[in-house]
Amino acid sequence: MYDIIIIGAGVNGACIARNLSKYQLNVLVIEKNGDVGDGTSCANSAIIHAGYDPHPGTLKAELNVLGNQMYDELCKDLDVEFERNGALTIATNEEEMQGLYHLLENAKANNVKVELIDKEKLFELEPHVTKKAIGALYAPTSGIINPFELCVALMENAMDNGVQLNLNEKVIEVISENNTYLVKTDCGEYKCKMVINCAGLFGDEIQNFVCDEKVEILPRKGEYYLLDHFVDGFVKHTLFSVPSSKGKGVLVSPTTSGDYLVGPSSDFIEDKEDISTNKDVLDNVLKEAYRLVDNVPMQHLIREFAGIRAYHKSNDFIINEPTAGFINVIGMQSPGLSSAPAVALKVENMIMKNLELKIRDNYIKTRRPLYRLKNKSIEERDKLIKENPLLGRIICRCEQISEGEIVDAIHRNCGARTIKGVKKRVRPGYGKCQGGYCQTLVLKILARELNKDMKDINFKNKGSYILCEESKGEKNVKL
Amino acid sequence: MLNYDLVIIGGGSAGIASAIGAYDNGLRSILVLEKEAYLGGILNQCIHNGFGLHLFNEELSGPEYAERFANELIKRNIEYRLETMVLKINKDLTMVCSSVNGCEIIKAKAIICATGCTERTRGAIATQGDRPSGVMTAGLAQRYLNIEGYLVGKKVFILGSGDIGLIMARRMTLEGAKVLGVAELMPYSNGLSRNIVQCLQDFNIPLYLSHTVKRIIGKNRLEKIVICEVDNKNNFVLNTEKEFEVDTLLLSVGLIPNNPLLANLGVKMHPRTKGPIVDDNYETSVPGIFACGNGLHVHDLVDFVTNEGIYVGKKVSEYIKNGKLASEKYVTIEAGNGISYVLPSKFAIDKGVAEIKFRVTKPHQKSHINVIYNGEILKSIKKQYLLPAEMEDIKFDISKLDCGNIVLEVIDD
Repeated sequence: MYDIIIIGAGVNGACIARNLSKYQLNVLVIEKNGDVGDGTSCANSAIIHAGYDPHPGTLKAELNVLGNQMYDELCKDLDVEFERNGALTIATNEEEMQGLYHLLENAKANNVKVELIDKEKLFELEPHVTKKAIGALYAPTSGIINPFELCVALMENAMDNGVQLNLNEKVIEVISENNTYLVKTDCGEYKCKMVINCAGLFGDEIQNFVCDEKVEILPRKGEYYLLDHFVDGFVKHTLFSVPSSKGKGVLVSPTTSGDYLVGPSSDFIEDKEDISTNKDVLDNVLKEAYRLVDNVPMQHLIREFAGIRAYHKSNDFIINEPTAGFINVIGMQSPGLSSAPAVALKVENMIMKNLELKIRDNYIKTRRPLYRLKNKSIEERDKLIKENPLLGRIICRCEQISEGEIVDAIHRNCGARTIKGVKKRVRPGYGKCQGGYCQTLVLKILARELNKDMKDINFKNKGSYILCEESKGEKNVKL
Repeated sequence: MLNYDLVIIGGGSAGIASAIGAYDNGLRSILVLEKEAYLGGILNQCIHNGFGLHLFNEELSGPEYAERFANELIKRNIEYRLETMVLKINKDLTMVCSSVNGCEIIKAKAIICATGCTERTRGAIATQGDRPSGVMTAGLAQRYLNIEGYLVGKKVFILGSGDIGLIMARRMTLEGAKVLGVAELMPYSNGLSRNIVQCLQDFNIPLYLSHTVKRIIGKNRLEKIVICEVDNKNNFVLNTEKEFEVDTLLLSVGLIPNNPLLANLGVKMHPRTKGPIVDDNYETSVPGIFACGNGLHVHDLVDFVTNEGIYVGKKVSEYIKNGKLASEKYVTIEAGNGISYVLPSKFAIDKGVAEIKFRVTKPHQKSHINVIYNGEILKSIKKQYLLPAEMEDIKFDISKLDCGNIVLEVIDD
């Protein structure tokens, strides 16, 4: 019997798991994908919003503002890339200026520090902004985060403290029976006292297993361009358009790894797993981006991707306990990432009303930092290589990632099991060659470290194989 | 800190050739740095033949060609280090290097960058659709097959008629895969004519000119692709879609010189070749840093890479002996009508004869290449055929010229 089962290992599931790991609880996290944070949490704008946008009085407003404040300590504890680079919402005409005044009012009500700045100050802060701009709302507490690292770090730390994670396992039914729950999956069944529904786009299915009042989560897709980092550099701040009824609109932003995001679009779709990209949609994204900057350096384009927001008709988060011992954390569209630490705190408080929570004796709230060789001095690097020679062998030449860093990413708790898993944790494959050069090497390292055949290493989920069979003739498989 | 006269970054065909060129011109303090565990670079995975036809009048395989030159390097006792990656070059010609032995600084009097090229990816050409596995560059599939011994798929389509794509069409077929076709965006092929014949026609693999992949379909592994005809502005032509059920899509959509080290140093880059801008000695905008091979501009044949490497090695040895190479008076060389790029970008008048490499932007039949100096035709040569896939060269006398501007252009007859 588990105390708590968390369904879904996106940023909310992982964050709740980590919060619960400090207590003497038996916690299981069940995730249908082959890795944590592989759904909405890995394909979004990677922004920790300041909190001036959500309508005052909503859960979104409350949890965004609090969540934003919690990120400094969280990222320090877990060694996650996070930077408060500041956001600029750009107005290019009088109507948009009115939008900024409205946001300013919102910000005041939400108690978020913002500043209306004129054209001159704007160009001083951000020279890349469009010459059409007439003013902007500056939010200094807005930040950028590495969302892949965040999900992994949260779950790794939770597992360091005893949480169990089952990947590649899909929940097919949840049954409420005598104050406990039976969670059935495609691999087995588990009993627990409480269920936390963090199933993202599929959160409606999970809640509808146990509740008479049905909810519906609608998928709303966002497509993005990703541009490579380059010497001359581009925007330093996150640039937003003035929000409309469709959401925050297209943004142009740096990422924590020095790349640049342009997007997203916003379209309701049918299939909750349709992460395809489309030319007409992306053409429009680019057109929208030109409202923010006069030049988008598309010669540095390295990737397009799509993520899907979990939209609920209330247009707010749904965090409730519709039946005793079953907590919903659904409808977590933007600012879901920004709110996650505050959401976890709220859920923790809700659990306290059901279960007695006693602190574990040996709880560790930090995770061992990553090597991050790129940020090290020559002397520090040399010293580390002398201790672990694999840190000297560079595998990914675009991002200069060493074999030692990849091996470390595999052997930590919540370690990488797939090509995408390695990519998300330490970046080989994120650069200009998109793995064209290093994928073979990464695949071989995964096979060796996991003691698997090379054919059994997948790109991401089950079925996403890379090699189909051995070629004719003699083999020469060595690294 | 280690000191050398010349450090060469990259132990592939260009790097080895430049080391040999420098050595044979008297230089002895040379170090070649190679990130892989073996010399020869990309040649090692190119197990087909056809290498060395121009230099040796023989049809060698890639590994044989590589071995021949690696042996020349070893015969001369030129120092090289394997599994060593240069992380950074500084303006004072120091380099930060990483290997299993440690991280250290090496200083040189001159550096040759021979870092090869990278394949363009799906992301760079923004192909629409899902993101399953089974979509990869042709070179990656080639490495899996020829070095690691694994086939990446059984039903294959190829986008782009670059040479690696054509070579892989044949190679996958010989390994038992079914190659259903090759789509090329342009109305003509971008590969060598011999590869079109020997890799596609001989195996009855259809080539769809003026076609591209419109959509990639598949949840986990590639299931299907849709190709579509394109018009002369690269827009999809209505109702020309064809579906292919395939598990693999190989991309052969171009090569880009791989120069993050030079870019980070602030070396001036050529907007067209994506490699550094070089002068007639193949020196970049940063004094003492030279470039050659596919890291400078993408070549058609390795034989030409070797020739360029030997030339640059020789020039660099002169540079080290004399402390400089630069001349007083130059003519600048520019690409004009119908010319994609010219290389180098300037030539010293005291060299007497300018040797220029160039590519055309589209195929031409019966045309003239004109060399125009300050508005007047200096030289004009007749060309029966010109293809973008085939690099051309031209020589002309510049000894009587003064500083000024030379433009190359192609004019149809």
